[in-house]
Amino acid sequence: MEKEKRNLTGLWFMLPAIILVIVFFFIPVIMTIGISLTDMSSVTGFSAWKWVGFKNYIKIAQHPDSITNFIATLKYVSITLIFFNVGLGLLIAIATNHLKNSIGGFFRAAWLLPRITPPVVYVLMWSMLAADAPYGVINQLFRIPFGLSTTNWVPEYAFLFIVLVNGYIGASFGMIIFSSAIESIPKDIMISSLVDGASYSQRIRHIIIPQLRWPLLFVVTYQTLSLLTSFEYIMILTDGNFSTEVWSLWSYHKALNNYWGNFQYGFGAALAAVLVVVGTLLGIIYMKYFRFDALVQEPKIDEL
Amino acid sequence: MDVKLKNLTKKFGAETAVDKMNLDIKDGEFVAFLGPSGCGKTTTLLMTAGIYKPDNGEIIFGDRLVNKVQPKDRNIGMVFQSYALYPHMSVYENIVFSMKLQKKSKKEMMLEADRVAGLLGIGTLLKRKPGQLSGGQQQRVALGRALIKKPELLLFDEPLSNLDARLRITMRSEIKRLQRDLGITSIYVTHDQVEAMTMADRVAVMKDGKLQAFMPPVELHEKPRTKFIAQFVGNPPMNFFDVELKSEGQNMQAFHSKFTLNLDSGRIPGRGGKNVVLGIRPEDIAIDPSSDIKAEILIVEPLGRDDLLQCRIGDLDISILADPKEKHRSGDMIGLDMDSRSFQFFDPESDQSLLWY
Repeated sequence: MEKEKRNLTGLWFMLPAIILVIVFFFIPVIMTIGISLTDMSSVTGFSAWKWVGFKNYIKIAQHPDSITNFIATLKYVSITLIFFNVGLGLLIAIATNHLKNSIGGFFRAAWLLPRITPPVVYVLMWSMLAADAPYGVINQLFRIPFGLSTTNWVPEYAFLFIVLVNGYIGASFGMIIFSSAIESIPKDIMISSLVDGASYSQRIRHIIIPQLRWPLLFVVTYQTLSLLTSFEYIMILTDGNFSTEVWSLWSYHKALNNYWGNFQYGFGAALAAVLVVVGTLLGIIYMKYFRFDALVQEPKIDEL
Repeated sequence: MDVKLKNLTKKFGAETAVDKMNLDIKDGEFVAFLGPSGCGKTTTLLMTAGIYKPDNGEIIFGDRLVNKVQPKDRNIGMVFQSYALYPHMSVYENIVFSMKLQKKSKKEMMLEADRVAGLLGIGTLLKRKPGQLSGGQQQRVALGRALIKKPELLLFDEPLSNLDARLRITMRSEIKRLQRDLGITSIYVTHDQVEAMTMADRVAVMKDGKLQAFMPPVELHEKPRTKFIAQFVGNPPMNFFDVELKSEGQNMQAFHSKFTLNLDSGRIPGRGGKNVVLGIRPEDIAIDPSSDIKAEILIVEPLGRDDLLQCRIGDLDISILADPKEKHRSGDMIGLDMDSRSFQFFDPESDQSLLWY
């Protein structure tokens, strides 16, 4: 009885968060799944649509672009995640931690610049950098003066550029999380490992990185999900051309930006629902893989 | 291994943390660095460990100058106030970490870990994580981690400060016993004078980055070279008051506005002027109803074996130790008899002792 009452009090504290999650996550998900089971489009409008069951999903399964776009998404998410969001983020965090505070802080601040730049401006800078021959910074400053061949960089290396464009922004997120996690490792532990005979690189391997499990779990999970669903930089840079049509961008194109003017809300929603399912599954796998439960285990302290 | 510090100096910006420190530690000796926080004792320790680089001076291990030697190549063990165990490793992994770095064989590591665990009585804890241990257990593990390397120098940074009072006393004697049995030269940083006095062969008292004295505990207590040492060493702390010295025929007398004290002929300041600071420890003041130095008891603090009486003579506060059986109460008037053979004298300007120099 007493305990039930306490649980109820706890519920009140959680209410604001619960409302947010319901209004901005559960309801949209349910609506998306709902719409994905209809043939709603510009043609049917919001009144003449009808339920079509799993027709949209069958369409995805049989669609000629599905495999291509799925592989593009997989490649884009995993490469950006591993090499930039986690890899580069960790590298900058560790490197700046070993520098003097003022210098390290400057580098970290510099890495935040892309994140605080409006996406359109940021991508515009990349477009200028890698503009088609004979224009662009790369062609003009680094190829022509040396007598090297010029090229249309973005069409030629489209995939590389969408990874770079997203990666340089993504790295700053991990960098902040990892830096603060490294900072919070007690100074005595850092000293103690050196006294125990570790070199700086051994300290990174045996002491620093193992203690970053929590932030690693968080960054990997969070960034996988945001990479899966973010498409604005790709849209501005290539608009899905040159084999860069990732799943979320495909969904957007189908539902809200169709060349023929027929917005296929139902089909687009089905594509988005697939992303929700994939994201949820990945989240669960990460939790299991990082043994989330072991991190919150009860201590076994006894006297002396 | 003997350790020499020569003119050791460390500055942080404009602040001088350690100022021209000279110290000669003998092989197998247990030395305590004693001083209030911010006196530079931990900075000195970290320079010895190789974490801080000295701005000036030399650190010599045996006959090897180690100023520029990395911590990992100094063959030292270190124990911290916070224990500093690696939270993601088990007790066993913590203890053998240094051997793992040296790429020792599994068998060798097991053998050594068993030896050290036996020494410290932590054999049953080897599989646990540090988070599952009590403070005392964690400190034993930290000791084990320091000892497994067979270090030539052990550094302790206030290792007992986070433990409760009872455990601190147990660990104190245990560390002392281990150190003596293993014969490892040790430096022990503490702000607790009881720890320094009970454990160390010699105590280095530091204040504001400067070495005040370096001597055995008893000498530190009996022959304080400065007023700071007299104040810092000994519990409860020494009483001080200003007096004027005058010769009365054969005898010397010390005049205070409220009373006059006869000095012992064997304990008269060998230098300094007429005006001096007289120091006397609470345990050297006896209660004597016939004495004409009358004091009013303000507060009685029962310490168990003794009562600490906070008394007042006019506007002079003085504390004395009394037998609890005498049942003194606050407000009582008592007569005080100060033992002139235990007087200490200090220069009021320089705070230097006028007896020991």
